[in-house]
Amino acid sequence: MMSTETNRRDFLKTTSIATSGLMMGVVLPGTVAETMAAGTLHTPNAWVHIADDNSITLISARSEMGQGVYTSMPMLIAEELNVDVTKVTVSAAPPGAVYANAFLGAMITGGSTSVREGWEKLRIAGAQVREMLIAGAAAEWGVPASAVKAANGMLTGPGGKKATYGQMAEAASKQPVPEKPSIKAPKDFRVVGKRIPRLDVPAKVNGTAEFGIDVKLPGMVYASLEQCPVIGGKVKSVDSAAAKAMPGVVDVVQIPDGVAVVANTYWGAVKARRALKIQWDNGDGANLSTASMLDGHVKAASSGKVLPIQPPKGDAMGAIKGAAKMVSASYVTPLQSHSPLEPMNFTAHVTGGKALLIGPTQFQQGAQGATAAALGMKPEDVDVRTTYLGGGFGRRIELDFVVQAAQISKAVKLPVKLVWSREDDMTHDFYRPMGLNQLSAGLDASGKPVGLSFKVTSQSITQRAFGLPKDTMDPFMVEAAVAPYNIANTQHDLVIHDAGLRVGYWRAVSHNMNVFANESFVDEMALAAGKDPVEYRMSLLEGKPRFQNVLKLATQKAGYKKGAAKGNAMGVAIMEGYDTYVAVVAEVNVGADGEVKVVKTTVAADMGMIVNPEIVEQQIQSSIIMGMGQTLKHAITVKNGVVEQTNFNTYAMVRTNESPLVDIVLVKSGEKPGGIGEPVTAAIIPALANAVAKLTGKRVRTLPITGKAIQQA
Amino acid sequence: MSLQFKVNGKTVSSNSEADTPLLWVIRDELGLTGTKFGCGAALCGACTVHVNGEAVRSCQTQVGNVAGSSVSTVESLGSGSHALQKAWVKHQVPQCGYCQSGQLMSAAALLSKNKNPSDADIDAAMAGNVCRCGTYTRIRAAVKDAASMMRAA
Repeated sequence: MMSTETNRRDFLKTTSIATSGLMMGVVLPGTVAETMAAGTLHTPNAWVHIADDNSITLISARSEMGQGVYTSMPMLIAEELNVDVTKVTVSAAPPGAVYANAFLGAMITGGSTSVREGWEKLRIAGAQVREMLIAGAAAEWGVPASAVKAANGMLTGPGGKKATYGQMAEAASKQPVPEKPSIKAPKDFRVVGKRIPRLDVPAKVNGTAEFGIDVKLPGMVYASLEQCPVIGGKVKSVDSAAAKAMPGVVDVVQIPDGVAVVANTYWGAVKARRALKIQWDNGDGANLSTASMLDGHVKAASSGKVLPIQPPKGDAMGAIKGAAKMVSASYVTPLQSHSPLEPMNFTAHVTGGKALLIGPTQFQQGAQGATAAALGMKPEDVDVRTTYLGGGFGRRIELDFVVQAAQISKAVKLPVKLVWSREDDMTHDFYRPMGLNQLSAGLDASGKPVGLSFKVTSQSITQRAFGLPKDTMDPFMVEAAVAPYNIANTQHDLVIHDAGLRVGYWRAVSHNMNVFANESFVDEMALAAGKDPVEYRMSLLEGKPRFQNVLKLATQKAGYKKGAAKGNAMGVAIMEGYDTYVAVVAEVNVGADGEVKVVKTTVAADMGMIVNPEIVEQQIQSSIIMGMGQTLKHAITVKNGVVEQTNFNTYAMVRTNESPLVDIVLVKSGEKPGGIGEPVTAAIIPALANAVAKLTGKRVRTLPITGKAIQQA
Repeated sequence: MSLQFKVNGKTVSSNSEADTPLLWVIRDELGLTGTKFGCGAALCGACTVHVNGEAVRSCQTQVGNVAGSSVSTVESLGSGSHALQKAWVKHQVPQCGYCQSGQLMSAAALLSKNKNPSDADIDAAMAGNVCRCGTYTRIRAAVKDAASMMRAA
């Protein structure tokens, strides 16, 4: 709770100069999680800044990477503050505990958590400011607070009294922060639920939106960094004489991750980098290959430590053994690169014992902490400013490029913009881990499953990124591992195996492998049972109304009963992820080139209450395209420790000519909000795999499902 | 060495070496950062600009080769009044937004030659532009809408 009046005044009311620039973040005692648990927030100042000139800035503690948080977060505040959200300024929050994501324990944008986590918190913050404005105006006017109204950015009182929020900001800041402000019931929402146009779009159609790569500081130089082709390798020796002699080169500096060429222009740095002569110590990674990694998974699956995902139900193995029919299958999900279109970059200026970091990050507190640790500074001496992110997908939770920029700036004592090439980006990612899912089921004489065993073997990202102890359950490996189907005897296990390549969180994370496996497998069971895959699913979903509903809606909308057009086939998948229930129907055919063409996809989503349906639809469309890419087109492979794909010719993106119709049904619901940035990225995989299997009679169990893979299946 | 060309109607001179990609001259020397770097290999289209009215990938266009030419970047569309920009807003196209300058410039080149593009025309003109956020459906709708706005104007 705020302790002094001085603090309060500093918070709420800022000068217009301060609000037009960077926000002054104030970290208050107590974590967000604690305040959320208490049902109130004491930090309205952290979210709302009202200037004398009545300009209003709402703070987004989540990074805008395409998912629309610079619109959805302000909408939640504006709902209670009663301001026109299209007239506010949105500003990125600085690192601070007050901005921590209670779902993730730190200030991280990811896990489709932004709306879920901000849903109450931001409305409470808006309501607190509104009540303080009302109380301030009441005090100024000498009237009871009940006689003052706050609407459309105006305060009105008896006798025609009127003031803007800006005019009362000073008075409001003297008021105590209300413990339990009243917030609207959903039926009274005026902002939430509306198709408010995204606030960031105007700047994104005229070239003015500032991404990390666009940052420019006075006296700034540019860096290009050569890293060991084998990730984890180190510099043995470097001859930089030729590079240093190139025009415009400021310096060549060695940092732990490699050798950086610093020049007056980016292109000058790139050209000089080619003149570096480096001997590398490739380290242990040099023997790694995709085949050896998969082999490691296969071995670990049979001999590694087994962690139960949930307590076994009944006797799965016994039930399978004694069943009339047995179905078994293994599925392999490959490594993937995030490949956001803006390559990794950050701008750093390390000087006078302080560091200024500007750029695209999903993890402000991490950027601050990791830089402080690498440079021997205190975190409070590291200032992090967040630009727009040219895509994130999990890659920008990582901190390698941030720390590198800071280290290079420290070495050359100048402001530095480090820009990776596409090749750097693709060959030095933290890759989506390889997954091996092994499933077996026993069906009774009627085809009904009586027992199911599920084992997923993969690599833990959380061990690497957040120090999760070995051989402990990693929740980011078992998402959607337990399918919704009612089966009497089940066993679900995890085996964690480090395959040797560094791994990172990739959009939808482990939902991808687990949903691919589970929803492919239920189709395989249906086939063995001689049942229609949709009817088969429905027969196993008793008591699961939200699953039943999305499955019904998606198949109805897609015309599943009528069947696919001639030469096409439909595949279906359902899942729950991030508190959102989705069903996807994919209609495909195979082109003359043997590759899968996606004609149409239909998505039904029950994600509880929705903040902005337009953004929700954008995210579903986006997930379909990215999901199609991982299902049909691309994978990362490794040979002699080196990632083989280097650019979009060998790691092919879905393009406009391949982009299908996406039909969307959103369920009206009063349930708490679910996340939508990720789930469909996973759900589309088995929908496509099932459609291909139906069309060709060939079941591809290793992604991606290329024309060649279908031929060989 | 200084070479001259026009950018968005204004004559500019560049002191960059002739083999420098036009992209980096536009961004770092001229300070027009709307044009983006995505792949450096003409595989993604984020750097698309017009040279004498033709859409080109500025990452693969040496500045020495545009001496005397007329270059247009996304900034040439204006702050938001171009039909394409209006359509992009109406259809809420951008997500992360990073590829959109290139998308807009590819679309502008298409519409300058074809006032009523079919789906196949759009595919042919826009398939070189990658959008990792997958905004393609909206781009297609926005291109058609912009074309109709331009025909009506």
